[in-house]
Amino acid sequence: MDTESTYSGYSYYSGRSRGSHRHGERSRDRHKSRSKDSRSEKSVTINAPPSEPLLGDSTNGGEEVQDDNWGETTTAVTGTSEHSLSQEDIVQITKDLEESVGLDCRRYFTLTLAVVLGLLVFLTPLAFLVLPHLLWPEKLQSCGTACEGLFISVAFKQLILLLAVWALFFRPPRTGLPRVFVFRALLAVLVLLFVVSYWLFYSIRILDSQDENYQGIVQYAVSLVDALLFIHYLAIVLLELRQLQPCFSVCVTRSTDGETRHYNLGQLSIQRAALAILKNYYRDFSIHNPALLTASKTRAAKHLAGLKVYNVDSELPAAPADGPGNNAPASLAHSQSRAMIAVAARHRDTSHNALYYEEAEHERRVRKRKARLVVAVEEAFTHIKRMQEEGQKKSQGDVMDHREAAQAIFPSMARALQKYLRTTKQQHCHSMESIQQHLAFCITNNMTPKAFLESYLTPGPTLQYSRDCWLARQWTLTSEASVTSGLKHGTVLLLKCLDFSLVVTTKRIPYIQISEEYVDPKSHKFVLRQQSETSV
Amino acid sequence: MSYIPGQPVTAVVQRIEICKLRQGEHLILGFSIGGGIDQDPGQNPYSEDKSDKGIYVTRITPKGPAGVAGLKTGDKIMQVNGWDMTMVTHDQARKRLTKKNEDVVRLLVTRRSLEDAVKHSMSGYPKQ
Repeated sequence: MDTESTYSGYSYYSGRSRGSHRHGERSRDRHKSRSKDSRSEKSVTINAPPSEPLLGDSTNGGEEVQDDNWGETTTAVTGTSEHSLSQEDIVQITKDLEESVGLDCRRYFTLTLAVVLGLLVFLTPLAFLVLPHLLWPEKLQSCGTACEGLFISVAFKQLILLLAVWALFFRPPRTGLPRVFVFRALLAVLVLLFVVSYWLFYSIRILDSQDENYQGIVQYAVSLVDALLFIHYLAIVLLELRQLQPCFSVCVTRSTDGETRHYNLGQLSIQRAALAILKNYYRDFSIHNPALLTASKTRAAKHLAGLKVYNVDSELPAAPADGPGNNAPASLAHSQSRAMIAVAARHRDTSHNALYYEEAEHERRVRKRKARLVVAVEEAFTHIKRMQEEGQKKSQGDVMDHREAAQAIFPSMARALQKYLRTTKQQHCHSMESIQQHLAFCITNNMTPKAFLESYLTPGPTLQYSRDCWLARQWTLTSEASVTSGLKHGTVLLLKCLDFSLVVTTKRIPYIQISEEYVDPKSHKFVLRQQSETSV
Repeated sequence: MSYIPGQPVTAVVQRIEICKLRQGEHLILGFSIGGGIDQDPGQNPYSEDKSDKGIYVTRITPKGPAGVAGLKTGDKIMQVNGWDMTMVTHDQARKRLTKKNEDVVRLLVTRRSLEDAVKHSMSGYPKQ
């Protein structure tokens, strides 16, 4: 196809799928940017020839009209069509949705609810203590030291409760989850019910009857604060401690290059497990480099491009002539795919040979460049020497600070470094500015050339790089079970990012039974096993 | 050639008489022995039963006195001059074989082929 058609609004799923039906495959080749839309550097390319005309009639359900002139009759829908949405627009809409009022509303709603509940909880014991003095001060019996002791204990327990509630619930969140925390909601409801029931009893037993026993009232308030502290303890256990005991082992695989890690998690809800996994993702997984995946894609394309299936009969038989079942399209598809597989098996495919030699060649090239780079960097570092003390004579040349020193020695290694980064396809992760900064940092901290090179020789974790080459910012959680339900054995989650996704499978850690065996220290005895041969 | 503890050991033996050869001030027999109750029976390459701790002939100098007398490698020595060799240490065996005042040693040795030969010859006749 000469025209680069971009269409993402439609998705046609015909009754049978052709061999390569890759809708919406994104390629980041810069030179394919659309001329119409200068904003975007990405273009959506469709690789499979659609077998029916896009805007044509597909009245017969799953059957296709075999038309060899599909190239002429296919209408390419470009970005200016009224129905289409370009990829940029979709991204823009999602961004708008994030900043929309709806989500903010939800956040503020929960915050206000939490603050109101907190105030209610904090002020209730004080109200219990103060109201009798306001309403029937004459009838109250004054109580002496016992009450004072209880006052002090109420005060301190309230203080502790305040701090604890702040620590557990009100610290600024660093994460945003899709659904509400079930446990927090349950705890809030529990606290509300509890306080309401206390108020109920208070109003009926004490306010109505105007009880004179002030000590009893104070003890009532103290019991409320104690119970609240116990509920807070329950909250700590449910929210913090329960997930610390490792219970499940999750296996996280990146879908593009298969990098896999295993983590141990406790009993968590699915959304919190996803959160824990993502926090570990940024630390453990090497940065996602799409440039490394192009080789396998071109190989796959070559596989499929080599075989084309043509149906010589121009139309489908109306009645099924032969075949196992009564569905002609399905049997036709089966026979076609079988024919393709048979041909592919017979075709003496030498692509494995090409792969082997190509990989060996690439390995050699990388090692050569690495050797040149190491030598260049070591030589560059020898030109810099830290000035030992202030009083040293300045006749050795200008005295520079670390940034200037880095800039001074950078040109001698820049070329070798750039060539190496190009060979290992990492050049987009490191800008010249970042390299110079890193060099200055290494010089300041007395690091050796090898330490300086370490961040370029091996791809490091995602957090090491600047934000714009992360390619992993916005995550979507996909799971068959509800995201607030707990992890179970065999749960499968999908954490989708724009470019790749993380596939997470869960397995329960087995029940471990350990028995003991006592070994007497005196039981370690040995004999010598000999086999001597004597000649007589 | 294995034994059952408590039962008498039976074996088909061959009598071999070796005349010691004088070499310098030593009297040599021309073979090497291995095994003994203080040795590791598992490493004996010639024994059938790897728990057999008897004395085995491990090497023979071809033209030496033992080779001439008909001793073969892998033979198990049962008696030397009337002294039992099935339950001795390695050093005791060596001493029995290298007594300075004896010129001739009369061994009783057994090997697998002897047993087989006897069995063969006996199976030809019907039981009477």
